Amino acid sequence: MPINVKIYSTPACPWCMRLKQFLKENNIIYQDLDVSTNQPASEEMIQKSGQMGVPVSDIDGNIIVGFDKEKIKAALGL
Amino acid sequence: MYDLIIIGAGPAGITAAVYAARKKMKSLVVSKDIGGQAAWSGEIENYTGYQFITGPELAAKFEEHLRKYDIELKENEGVVGLKKEGDIITVTTDKGSYEARSAIIASGKRTRELNVPGEKEFKNLGLTYCATCDAPLFPGRDVAVIGGGNSALDATLQLMKIAKHIYLINITSCLGGDAIMRQKVEASEMVTVLNNSRVSAVSGAKMVNGIKVKREGQEESLAVGGVFVEIGLIPNSEFAKDIEKNQEGEIKVNNRNETNIPGIFASGDVTDVPEKQIIIAAGEGSKAALSAFRYLSEHRF
Repeated sequence: MPINVKIYSTPACPWCMRLKQFLKENNIIYQDLDVSTNQPASEEMIQKSGQMGVPVSDIDGNIIVGFDKEKIKAALGL
Repeated sequence: MYDLIIIGAGPAGITAAVYAARKKMKSLVVSKDIGGQAAWSGEIENYTGYQFITGPELAAKFEEHLRKYDIELKENEGVVGLKKEGDIITVTTDKGSYEARSAIIASGKRTRELNVPGEKEFKNLGLTYCATCDAPLFPGRDVAVIGGGNSALDATLQLMKIAKHIYLINITSCLGGDAIMRQKVEASEMVTVLNNSRVSAVSGAKMVNGIKVKREGQEESLAVGGVFVEIGLIPNSEFAKDIEKNQEGEIKVNNRNETNIPGIFASGDVTDVPEKQIIIAAGEGSKAALSAFRYLSEHRF
């Protein structure tokens, strides 16, 4: 089953880059939402995660704050 | 029993591991993360061989180089203890305990915290330690930047493009940092610099809505919707209880990267080496590995 992965990020954030790098290495297709320019996405991120730090991953409804490799791996079933 | 345990996998630890692997030392790398501070640096333009590279890209290159060798790596493991008994060095982590003949401390530095009420509660709820990451989430708001050095100035300059008004809370009598950045900040009408000022509390409801600032014995409240903490770094050296450190907690090393305990070496930003740079940390890591190799040879381990 394909997994639905959404990444809420900002352009210069090093952890966001690491996260996206990690997903690419593992051939995971994701939707990247730039919360610095996309206001609705920014509000959605704050509402979903209850906080304001980036990156936030939404993996099939599983909300993970930060580049938490272990949690992200588990949510992706890697 | 390992020949060498390397604590940390930033530029210093990874370079030490590569050198150790090439000397055929049986080594273990234990680290919370890979890349260290380099992984959360923005743009790097002074690492020889790369005219321009981002921190995450350079960290990925380091990791790729590390994984080219058969080096045992324990990631997501924090070191809590280090001791030497006889010739055996024991490294204790939050997950286990490992023994070796030698060790290199390359655990780097971490962001310094304010240690005031409200800081922990509002972390990521309007209080952040990464302006580069989170500043874009504060458009049109009044915010506070805490600090007076280059990182605080850099955060302020970034916020000048995004926020409404910026209070720069500086503990000393005048701002430090590079003159070019300082002049831009001081010239901006968007920025109010409060010198001789110390943050005493962070307040809010669901999100941050203010800070308390102490200045010349007076305490005043400032209404802000964002707090950016940029007050420098502290060394990750607490676990090294028997190791000699300077006043800042940096591990004292000589030019062979030896600490006060034979067989235990240190390198990179966790040490008192003058200048903290990625390339210096990498160079120091290689020196520490070669010193460890020499130590093992001399003791015929």
